[in-house]
Amino acid sequence: MDIINLITIFILAVFVGNEIINKVPPTLHTPLMSGSNAISGIAIVGALLAITIEGELSTYLGLAALICATVNVVGGFLVTDRMLKMFKKK
Amino acid sequence: MMNQTDIQNLLYLISAIGFIVGIKRLSHPKTARSGNFLASLGMLVAIIATLTSGANFDWQLIALGVGIGSILGIVIAARVEMTQMPQMVAIFNGLGGAASGFVASSEYFSGSDSSYIIMCLSVLIGTLTFSGSFIAFGKLQGFISGRAITFTGQQAINALIFTSMIALLFAHNFSLLPNDTIFYTITALALMLGIGLTIPIGGADMPVVISLLNSYSGIAAAATGFLLGNNALIISGSLVGASGLILTNIMCKGMNRSLANVIFGAVGAAPTGGDSDQKEMNIKSYSTTEAAMILDAAEKIIIVPGYGLAVAQAQHVAREVADTLEAQGKKVLYAIHPVAGRMPGHMNVLLAEANVSYDLLKDLDEINPEFEDCDVALILGANDVVNPAARHDESSPIYGMPILNVDKSRTVIINKRSMNPGFAGVQNELFGYDNSIMVFGDAKDMLNDLLKEIKEL
Repeated sequence: MDIINLITIFILAVFVGNEIINKVPPTLHTPLMSGSNAISGIAIVGALLAITIEGELSTYLGLAALICATVNVVGGFLVTDRMLKMFKKK
Repeated sequence: MMNQTDIQNLLYLISAIGFIVGIKRLSHPKTARSGNFLASLGMLVAIIATLTSGANFDWQLIALGVGIGSILGIVIAARVEMTQMPQMVAIFNGLGGAASGFVASSEYFSGSDSSYIIMCLSVLIGTLTFSGSFIAFGKLQGFISGRAITFTGQQAINALIFTSMIALLFAHNFSLLPNDTIFYTITALALMLGIGLTIPIGGADMPVVISLLNSYSGIAAAATGFLLGNNALIISGSLVGASGLILTNIMCKGMNRSLANVIFGAVGAAPTGGDSDQKEMNIKSYSTTEAAMILDAAEKIIIVPGYGLAVAQAQHVAREVADTLEAQGKKVLYAIHPVAGRMPGHMNVLLAEANVSYDLLKDLDEINPEFEDCDVALILGANDVVNPAARHDESSPIYGMPILNVDKSRTVIINKRSMNPGFAGVQNELFGYDNSIMVFGDAKDMLNDLLKEIKEL
């Protein structure tokens, strides 16, 4: 994809991120962090694409990436849910 | 008709919407859980989009990777204790960086025709996040000294590493060195830089560092997105990058420090001596019985928890005390300073775990006006964040730091183990104030005694 397009998406996403994250109250900053850990596990997409039949070394590097990213995704979303469950109002 | 790539990109867009709306729903505890669920659906969509792209996948290896990763993820998520949340986030930041770094190096070794510079940058950011995060983890877990580790020439070495990396990228442009040599050297230098930047940062500044590394892990994912020309990675990466930066900024403000000062300042290297010029303080030490009597006469009580409370595992009994007081018709609130815990929002999670209702947890701006008509401020394990010197004493290292104005309350009850100074190494003048009384002892024991006393009164 055209690099300018990618930069456009990047900049716009930073602005969106800035807007929505500023609205997250301090009470939820820890779940926000663990949740964003999970979201940064999006590298899983790149990891999967790297695990193809061709090229041994790059496939194994892809596998390493896949394990790391999966821990982030699975662990991140689960632990965030575990925390958010505890926030109750009496 | 849409072709395969269009469909895939559309699915990536849906996944990005899942993340954005998911984070948006984190704006309130009521909707937060559904937001997290929505974000996880977004991730599922992204994974499905990738797996249906028709690439020549090695399915066995994918199953292996997802299997191992899922088991580790489930175990960590189920077993981590709330006090260990900073360590866990540090590990996850590191894994996020590592994942991006591995993807970029895999791309490099596959003989891809992607931009060499972007490949190197992506590996660089990922690797730096990885090594920095594991040092942060080591410090939080106590494997490495939590104190700032400094030596002369430290900043010069970091600067040298950094300029060498830039020089290497230029060297590539002029074909001065073999590509592989440059690639390996940059990776090794990035590992060193991550360590070099984190090791001089002291324990009290860890909330800033974790937030910053959180941001890096997002930027690493975004860089990988540029490398692969993938929107999903760019959007999610920049959301995380922005989130980490905002939290970093909040933490810096909470300590009245600039980011540069945290990274290069190395506060807390050695005990800040010079106690000789300390003013004599007249400290009144009370028993729990006397403290219970003061609380009995109070109508509005604000509890100020610090990390010492969590260390003593006393959140639950603190909540019981609060519940008992509430049942007697008193108003009880909790004042949460931005840097009360070991990471952004940490104290809130620790109190939520102890079943404190989230609407009672008030942040700095909300609670400070409340101290004016407050009968008792009960300080449990907090120190620097309630030191009035931050408001007026320009010579104090914490001068200018936003604090909880507990001294405005009619009475301030301070529970402390001993008279040891806090993280900033400064003695707290609050302890000597006329309206302050000290109750010494372990927070858990003291609160258990207090609970008995107020029930009997």
